[in-house]
Amino acid sequence: MTVAGLQALLSHWRRNPWQLFTMIAGLAMATALWSGVQAINAEARASYDRAANALGQGQYAQIVGRDSAPLDQAQYISLRRAGWLVSPIVEGELDLEGERFRLTGIEPLTLPRGADAPAPLELSALAGFIAPNGEILVHPDDAGTLANTDHSFRPDPGQTRGTLTADIGLAQRLLKTDAITMLLVLPDQPLGQPPLSTIDPSLVLVEGQGQGDVARLTESFHLNLTAFGLLSFAVGIFIVYGAIGLAFEQRRPVFRTLRTLGLPLGRLLALLAVELTLFALAAGAIGIALGYIFAAALLPDVAATLRGLYSADVTDTLTLRPAWWLSGLAMALGGTAAAASGAFLRLNRLPLLASTQPRAWAADAQSSHRRMAIIAAFLGLVGALFAAFGSGLLAGFALLACLLIAAALALPLTLDLMLRLGSRLARGAVPQWFWADTRQQLPGLSMALMALLLAMAANIGVSTMVSSFRLTFTGWLDQRLASELYLNTTSPEEAALLTGYLEDKVEAILPIISIDTRIGDLPAEIFGVLDHATYRDNWKLLDAVPLVWDRLAAGDGVLVNEQLSRRENLSVGARLGHDTVLGVYGDYGNPAGQVVLGMDAFHARYPDVAALRYGLRTGVADPKAVADDLRRKFDLPPDALVDQARIKAVSLQVFERTFSVTAALNILTLSVAGFAILISLLTLATMRLPQLAPVWALGLTRARLAALELVRAVCLAAFTGLAAVPLGLGLAWVLLAIVNVQAFGWRLPMYLFPLDYLHLGGLTILAAFLAALWPALRLARTQPDALLKVFSNER
Amino acid sequence: MLQVENLTKSYATADGRTQVLDGVSFGMERGETLALTGESGSGKSTLLHLIGGLDRPDSGQISLNEKKMTGLDDRGRSALRRGTVGIIFQQFNLIPSLTVAANIAFHARLAGRHDPDWVERLTDRIGLTDQRDKYPEALSGGQQQRVAIARTLAARPKLVLADEPTGNLDEDNAEIILMLLLETAREAGTSVLMVTHSLNLAARLGRRLHLSHGRISA
Repeated sequence: MTVAGLQALLSHWRRNPWQLFTMIAGLAMATALWSGVQAINAEARASYDRAANALGQGQYAQIVGRDSAPLDQAQYISLRRAGWLVSPIVEGELDLEGERFRLTGIEPLTLPRGADAPAPLELSALAGFIAPNGEILVHPDDAGTLANTDHSFRPDPGQTRGTLTADIGLAQRLLKTDAITMLLVLPDQPLGQPPLSTIDPSLVLVEGQGQGDVARLTESFHLNLTAFGLLSFAVGIFIVYGAIGLAFEQRRPVFRTLRTLGLPLGRLLALLAVELTLFALAAGAIGIALGYIFAAALLPDVAATLRGLYSADVTDTLTLRPAWWLSGLAMALGGTAAAASGAFLRLNRLPLLASTQPRAWAADAQSSHRRMAIIAAFLGLVGALFAAFGSGLLAGFALLACLLIAAALALPLTLDLMLRLGSRLARGAVPQWFWADTRQQLPGLSMALMALLLAMAANIGVSTMVSSFRLTFTGWLDQRLASELYLNTTSPEEAALLTGYLEDKVEAILPIISIDTRIGDLPAEIFGVLDHATYRDNWKLLDAVPLVWDRLAAGDGVLVNEQLSRRENLSVGARLGHDTVLGVYGDYGNPAGQVVLGMDAFHARYPDVAALRYGLRTGVADPKAVADDLRRKFDLPPDALVDQARIKAVSLQVFERTFSVTAALNILTLSVAGFAILISLLTLATMRLPQLAPVWALGLTRARLAALELVRAVCLAAFTGLAAVPLGLGLAWVLLAIVNVQAFGWRLPMYLFPLDYLHLGGLTILAAFLAALWPALRLARTQPDALLKVFSNER
Repeated sequence: MLQVENLTKSYATADGRTQVLDGVSFGMERGETLALTGESGSGKSTLLHLIGGLDRPDSGQISLNEKKMTGLDDRGRSALRRGTVGIIFQQFNLIPSLTVAANIAFHARLAGRHDPDWVERLTDRIGLTDQRDKYPEALSGGQQQRVAIARTLAARPKLVLADEPTGNLDEDNAEIILMLLLETAREAGTSVLMVTHSLNLAARLGRRLHLSHGRISA
């Protein structure tokens, strides 16, 4: 009985391969987008863990200098002599072959054993690593770039791109320093150690954290990605829902026959569950493979984004991780279950003697429009409550989810009202039939149109956010990067020599001086600024006390960046330690908090910190001539002087890459929605003949009927597009005013881009036209005998 | 073989409840053929559905081979339809995605009584041997009903319930189908209870019962 029943059920798919393809493709695409995003997230998180473990930033306590001052060899030795088990780490930037690398020097023999051991800790490779000119570990992709240098490199896949690991002695030589950046504290320390303050009061013990700073800072970025992955998955599930609903409806007579012939309801439901599970597993496997390709293609951009935005080192090579492919399969199974639950419930309630209505599914859908609208109104209310009283990133996403689902659920009723209006305004028999027939088609197309609405709204919302961000960011870069040249020196002595030479050659030399610190348990920077017109004229403060620059120069208080202000609730007039907040400035593209002190106040607090970077205001002098002269005179490397245009270009490049993933997801989501329309039209086309044959018999040619089918698809897409505009703008507002503020710490003004929306609308209508073209051509070519069969009594 | 005692059935309608069957009682012997006639709405199809286990009576008793059906749950009634009773509908109810051969064998396979020789004989008997690999959509209405009959008889049911099996067919085809049903049922030793509007067709069966306003009137 089971085998015969299963064979009968499966035979439907053999006879309707297109429907099978629809369901598998929809589910595979949904799974691909979801698992692709998850693969990227998993890879990034693994990179953070690796970095945190290798450097001990995550799990091990560290000893650092007060106010981030570097440590020296003597301090290290005195700690070891006092019984502290510590391992030294040095970090710095190194320019090799025109590229900048982050070099980490480690002492492999004392490195904590629990740390993610790099290759040199294996005994066989140790000698080569700790030799005077030992091997430097490099990511295999970077090894080629560095092949022509004098150093010996060893490719190590565990290394992230753009980073190098060397023995500490070699690293110090390359970085031209004797200093130690930090000391990792081994977990098992001997008893009876003297306290740190008695050994050296300038040392600070920073307790280990469960999670690295990078992971915490990038959490919101990954949450954003996950949210978009989920949205794409939801759009794909719409296709699956439509395909399963249609397949169940088409097989309703078969189910009834099977029941009549003696297949118990429970067995029938179980067989259908087995059938769908098999499909979900197959589609899930295909989706995971596609997701892998998708993630592999996008990972380099994501890695670049995370490097640029958060200074997080993420490998750009994808590893197959059981966690994400299992989660992909689980999503495919869960998505299928969710999409099929309604069909199962209907089947469970289906009376054995219910008459078979060819359009029962559609009729049922039509009657549910009102129910959906009521749920939409309820979700809208919940969303409004989130907007009014919610806080945090999750509340922002909950608001987004309510907004999107409510709009999608309200769409069929909205379109129905639009079509009813069209029907009232129509004059003549054909237009009246056209509008009435379009209303009849709506239930069959509503799922695809809901997917299209979501995809279009996501496109409008995200493109509005990105374009608003771009406008603000470029304007902000123009303000912040006011100096024509930026000078990088390697030591205070070199800095003194170069600035002394430049004194009468440029209008102003503005030191860029800072220390790293922690505020509210997150990384932050403290800057000192000179009292100069460059800052007064160019820095637009979001909020400030009167005469803010005079008061800053006088040491009356500090400026803080927007993200620190929001994070720590520091508005103007608030206290940050002993300082008063005098103003808040915009600081886009930077995840860390910043505090700005007047230069005198900075030197008073941090007398040992010297400036190594300077902004040069060249005034009337030609910046290029100044740079060339300085390079010639002091034989400076190319990177010692960077012009403003180059920094802006790099910043903008980082910006563009930041949103490349979002843009790719947008395009994919829109493509999936276009596919959903194609599939819906094709499947509906098979049920259309009984509705079209009478109109054909009354004198409308097949070509005209086909043309009307095209017009119908275009009209429905256009109406959906119209509904997507306000939804997309609402989405943009939530992203800019709530999600971005929570995720990145800054709020951006919202600009409108009508031309972009028109362009998107045009693309959508073109997609709908192309999707409708095939079914329309099939209709135009339908032979008269196929139409005549509709009137045959024997059918 | 079949005993129907004092069967009643009513349905909820907009005007309250409508009594469809009101104390129907009759019996059938093994191999007997019985025509059930009556005007539209007299309760013929409802009676057939109750005997086939597709619906439950309000009261009364149905016994098949001395086994009471009234208390059976869905599983029990499904087993009854699978193994003891075969139903032929006016709408054929073939499975469109299975070939003619697979459709004919289907009920027997479901019942676990698949006999390839018997299926082949039946296919030959209904004259569709050369159409066996076609799908139902390629057949005429008469041919589809022949497949439905063969499918039912292939499972060797004790009782065939036929609900206006010729209602969708022209007169010639109706005659052929009826003959086929009665002859193949006789060959298989199966009883036939057939609902029909046509007194001509009813006259071809061994006995006739007339239903009027939910009661047996003759």
